[in-house]
Amino acid sequence: MRFTSHRDFARAFERALRRAGVPVAFSQGFTPHPKISYASAAPTGVASEAEYLEIGLREPVDAEQLRAALDAALSPGLDVLEVVVAAGGGLADRIEASHWRIELPQVDPDILAKAVAAFSAVEEVLVERMTKQGRRTFDARAAVIGIDVMSPSATPSGDPAVPCAILELVVRQVTPSVRPDDVLSGLRVVAGLEPPVAPKVIRLAQGPLTAQGAIGDPLDADRDGATIGGR
Amino acid sequence: MSVPSTTPRPVAANSVWPQLEPLLPQVTKPIQYVGGELGAVVKDWDSATVRWALMYPDAYEVGLPNQGVQILYEVLNELPDVLAERTYAVWPDLEALMRAQGVPQFTVDAHRPVRDFDLFGISFATELGYTNLLTAIDLAGVPLLAADRTDADPVIVAGGHAAFNPEPIADFVDAAVLGDGEEAVLEITTIVREWKAEGCPGGRDELLLRLARTESVYVPRFYDVDYLPDGRIQRVVPNRADVPFRVHKRTTMDLDAWPYPKKPLVPLAETVHERYAVEIFRGCTRGCRFCQAGMITRPVRERSITTVGQMVQQGLEFSGFHEVGLLSLSSADHSEIGDMCSGLAEQYQGTNVSLSLPSTRVDAFNIDLAQELSRNGRRTGLTFAPEGGSERIRKVINKMVSKEDLIRTVVTAYTNGWRQVKLYFMCGLPTETDADVLEIADMAHEVIRAGRAATGSKDIRCTVSIGGFVPKPHTPFQWASMERPEVIDHRLKLLKQAINADRSLGRAIGYRYHDGEPSLIEGLLSRGDRRVGAVIRRVWEQGGRFDGWSEHFSYQRWVDAAAEVLPGFGVDLDWYTTRQRDELEVLPWDHLDSGLDKDWLWQDWQDSLGEYEQDDCRWTPCFDCGVCPTMDTEIQIGPTGRKLLPLTPVNGLKLPTGAQQ
Ligand code: B12
Ligand code: SF4
Repeated sequence: MRFTSHRDFARAFERALRRAGVPVAFSQGFTPHPKISYASAAPTGVASEAEYLEIGLREPVDAEQLRAALDAALSPGLDVLEVVVAAGGGLADRIEASHWRIELPQVDPDILAKAVAAFSAVEEVLVERMTKQGRRTFDARAAVIGIDVMSPSATPSGDPAVPCAILELVVRQVTPSVRPDDVLSGLRVVAGLEPPVAPKVIRLAQGPLTAQGAIGDPLDADRDGATIGGR
Repeated sequence: MSVPSTTPRPVAANSVWPQLEPLLPQVTKPIQYVGGELGAVVKDWDSATVRWALMYPDAYEVGLPNQGVQILYEVLNELPDVLAERTYAVWPDLEALMRAQGVPQFTVDAHRPVRDFDLFGISFATELGYTNLLTAIDLAGVPLLAADRTDADPVIVAGGHAAFNPEPIADFVDAAVLGDGEEAVLEITTIVREWKAEGCPGGRDELLLRLARTESVYVPRFYDVDYLPDGRIQRVVPNRADVPFRVHKRTTMDLDAWPYPKKPLVPLAETVHERYAVEIFRGCTRGCRFCQAGMITRPVRERSITTVGQMVQQGLEFSGFHEVGLLSLSSADHSEIGDMCSGLAEQYQGTNVSLSLPSTRVDAFNIDLAQELSRNGRRTGLTFAPEGGSERIRKVINKMVSKEDLIRTVVTAYTNGWRQVKLYFMCGLPTETDADVLEIADMAHEVIRAGRAATGSKDIRCTVSIGGFVPKPHTPFQWASMERPEVIDHRLKLLKQAINADRSLGRAIGYRYHDGEPSLIEGLLSRGDRRVGAVIRRVWEQGGRFDGWSEHFSYQRWVDAAAEVLPGFGVDLDWYTTRQRDELEVLPWDHLDSGLDKDWLWQDWQDSLGEYEQDDCRWTPCFDCGVCPTMDTEIQIGPTGRKLLPLTPVNGLKLPTGAQQ
């Protein structure tokens, strides 16, 4: 479902709540809408294995039953892996960084490695992107806390005959957000890297940042206190 | 809760997905090409004996909600040995990439090439989809001209309202079906299945002949059109034995036996309608003389209140939609509409399900219904359609509404709390003068004046929305001349001035209209003959696409193509549009039988010119339009006296089915 925009997903999710008969809480007001909040959604065109959201309910339900019902109600390709009861505190605050994998078909891994070295060697890489406020220039370097070229054995999805370089990134949540395509723009700026075909981007994880620069599970805090949940 | 989204759907053997996927990040709204809707069906290619690709020839966001395609898709996929997939028009950005990379027109369900299917069915609600038809055929790698196709190409079948005059696309389609599709697609499927089982004897030609022999599938190549020296048609005759002189429309009787869609398609992408729509009846005998839909779908066949209730319940449960549309050509006319609306409103009270009724009837009953439906809090807009500005023109078009009725009705709406109503009119109607159109301004002024007086508030508004009249085949106006676009545009300008002549009233009146130019082209396409096919092709070659979208439609391109192509046949754009036809002229669609008796249509046209009105045969005796006896059909209306069954409330979480894994 890489081509689902956030709006598309939000509509599909609200329908799934109705199909599954979930007792969602509604906001007050003239046009009540269900209480759902999404934590930093992946951009359109990017696949994801780790998206998070919170829903407010009118009455308690069993977390595992809710997971199963929502999973069945969503379109194939949108899967609900886990539901936990929120222990308090906003989910959004716990998302400090994201872990991305970028597959670059027809790119030589050695050339990618050189570009990554050049990128890592500098303090700042200015890139441009169209945002809702118009064209903006910002730094794509500082937010990147991990950037590694993976060995090709790291299972590229697709045709094994086509050479494919793989890049993994850990990027801190900042404003304006630095997205995988911004880092790719940065690689073009510092090393002239031009992928011949569109890269495939997957979000592998998002959550709190540990001292070692790894990404933790944002639901840990809830899981500790709660008796239900689990994968 | 985490939502991973990389689970790949299994890729079918003949899927073009691997070639398509890399193109999608480069185009707008890629989600529209991905498929995977709730309700979508992907079947094994090899276990199917008959395979249909169905198309709505517009963008996905318009095409996906189309009921006709959804119904046929479901009816066909219910057969174990039949597979149906859907395809939509691709936007020019993807078209360019597909051409560059050699990716063919594909279905969204399993991304299979359209050329691999046995049948390619296209639904035309409007003629403005014709250029998109050519794009799809060409992208599919199928020869544009039916005559050039081989046994390796699908049989291209047109359906939908525009197929009642398929002559302008006769060179491009292999066949056309008039009327309801449910039983027609099953019959076609049976014929294809048998022909394939016999080892495809006689190839494509034999298959088309078998279809033609049903007398309800029109195969244009089996008919020759001869022309008179002045350009008019001399005759249309079969060019082989065994082919009927006239092809008849299909009518599905007993809508309760066909409760589709049961599993409406629910897209991830945003579309024009996000609701569960149920047709509460088909056909209309109000007899508005401009309305092709009303004429060609007779007689009226109601779906019973209990079936509607059941469909709504199951459709909502399946889809998760929170809006229900009760569709038909004049929904307030259902014999049990009152009970239906109050029953549904009661059942869904306290939920966030909203109900809507696209009714444009000008009477207080319409407001009662709207009030019933807004019980759930959400107040839907109220629309009234007097269609004509003056009493005289309303007699011409057979829209029996008086100015007093209209004002009384709208004021009732205001006093019941509506702050805004919409009024629909047409411009360019037969015999129309500037004065007829200017009366719209008087009417709107009086509506606001009376509304202010009745409510004591200045906070009321109305919107005047004006559409261009297009004469359509199989209507009493099929002989009428169209007005020139300059005249229409001038009238619309005068009307705007007249509305704003009173500052205070004008400020409360919104004004929306369409320019005259696109209507003229619609007029060319709707009453065109086979020679118009060359114009469509020329426009398409010059880049014409998505003609229903004002930002893509180019009037000049159509005018230029017509000027280039038509003089070779001794005719021109005006000949097709602004020329009035006489009684004995052979019309391009005379060999296509909608059931309406041509003499009756002519009489109704004469009555129109004499400003003589015609009643509705549901409430007055049959006026012999011809449909029921020729089609062996009858009016099917209630009341049944039955009530909606109460819903059994379901508490707790449900594990819905239907999402194909
Ligand atoms: C909902 C609706 C819309 C919606 C949704 C459109 C959509 N995506 O489906 C919106 C608001 C977008 C819309 C827009 C327009 N609409 Co509209 N719309 C309707 C409405 C109310 C219902 C249509 C419907 O669902 N019918 C029920 C289905 C089941 O019928 P059906 O599609 O005809 O399909 C059956 C048969 O035709 C046949 N069939 C259909 N396709 C095929 C294909 C094959 C191969 C076969 C064998 C059979 C077959 O089988 C089906 C089942 O029996 C009708 C009025 C009405 N009640 O019909 C007007 C109507 C169809 N629209 C009409 C018009 C003019 C338009 C616009 C051109 C308006 C404009 N000027 O912009 C646009 C065109 C949009 C576009 N680009 O296609 C006219 C058509 C004119 C005519 N022929 O007389 C109608 C009849 C309204 C009217 N009275 O004037 N419309
Ligand atoms: S034949 Fe008679 S009853 Fe049937 S639709 Fe025509 S006028 Fe009405």
